[in-house]
Amino acid sequence: MYSQYKLQDETGLLRETASQTAGPFVHIGLALEIAGFESRADEIWQDLAKEGAEGEHIELVGRVYDGNGDLVRDALIEIWQADSQGNYIANFDNKQPFSGFGRSACAVDGDFHFNTIKPGQVDFDGKPMAPHINIAVFARGINIHLQTRAYFDDEQAANDDCPILNGIPSDVRRQTLIAVKEAGEGKPRYRFDIYLQGEGETVFFDF
Amino acid sequence: MSQKYPYFIARDRAWQPAQYTPRYKTSVSRSPRQALVSIQNASPSERSGPVFDGLELGQYDNDLLMNFRTEGSAAGMPVGERIIMHGRVIDQFGKPVPNTLVEMWQANAGGKYRHKKDGYLAALDPSFGGVGRCITDADGRYRFRTVRPGPYPWPNDINTWRPAHIHVSVMGPSISTRLITQMYFEGDPLIPLCPIVQVLKDPDAVETMIARLDMAMSKPMDCLAYRFDIVVRGALQTYFEE
Repeated sequence: MYSQYKLQDETGLLRETASQTAGPFVHIGLALEIAGFESRADEIWQDLAKEGAEGEHIELVGRVYDGNGDLVRDALIEIWQADSQGNYIANFDNKQPFSGFGRSACAVDGDFHFNTIKPGQVDFDGKPMAPHINIAVFARGINIHLQTRAYFDDEQAANDDCPILNGIPSDVRRQTLIAVKEAGEGKPRYRFDIYLQGEGETVFFDF
Repeated sequence: MSQKYPYFIARDRAWQPAQYTPRYKTSVSRSPRQALVSIQNASPSERSGPVFDGLELGQYDNDLLMNFRTEGSAAGMPVGERIIMHGRVIDQFGKPVPNTLVEMWQANAGGKYRHKKDGYLAALDPSFGGVGRCITDADGRYRFRTVRPGPYPWPNDINTWRPAHIHVSVMGPSISTRLITQMYFEGDPLIPLCPIVQVLKDPDAVETMIARLDMAMSKPMDCLAYRFDIVVRGALQTYFEE
């Protein structure tokens, strides 16, 4: 019987399942309260850091704009980040003070919104990468999710030395990955607006 | 000490959909104009990812026939074709991907989503929510019970209809393997007409998204089954760098 995983390339490797847009109703599956659902007992959502989590507590907020400058209000954002010591904690558990993975949506006021901690420097072959948060953008109109990183504008020295940032061949475009500190309520807030297309277009990675 | 994470086979961007696919109109203003910046030597940031052992799943999280049963409705069962949706998550080497999160969401049998913003005139089903999730077992197997979703119209061309589909989200071992796709049903004549399906250039790539009727796994006098296997990027060993 036919099976999708018989599909191989010329070297015999199986073909990766094809990507499709998450569509306009992604919230039903991945952001239940935005769709108007009651949450299940345990959800993956935007508070990565609970009270008592080690490190500097911050907010990460931002908006997504399309090529016309219009707000994208149906985007789903996922982040993956290290803890304050620069270690990735694989285990997701809402009962622990910090998990490195979270989701948010732009559907309420246009902002995605994470409560998290500022990540430490992650070691990469013996060299530190500047503190950063890995971001994936899913939405209607996006056929395969866009991958980017948010860095911090108050980490200038580390940013200057980051091997990944320095791999971006344009000085101007590198700036699109720097989140800007703004006055928050009680804790530092960093704004990271994402421009899908056109002027100030955010750098997106393939990896 | 730096932890060891696998490298992954590069994503074939010619196989996967392009960002700018003008027949799917929304992609026109939501696709980058600049080239992606390649990270040839992936760092631990790309090679690691979350594991959802600590996520507490409810008893019916993978059973959409049960997880939105409404008190007061007669049988409490949703209307529609009862199906099992099942398969394996494997990587490009054919290795099972155990213990990974598979999530899905869908419209009801009439093509209506339980979402504030779905204005389609088909009725909601009081006993159907349309969301499921589960964790793959040691062999990479996952399983849902649901109803087959209906097709629905959407504003793209004058008269464009989505084929019946279930949105499927899988994490895999790392954020490098993260994937969201849509599962379609074998034989659906709307598949070749759909601008979202047709963002894929290679007809074989479309085949990776088409679930097959699986009589062997269906339950007599109860429900049919569809098999949908998901292939994520292959994990290479790390010994190359040591």
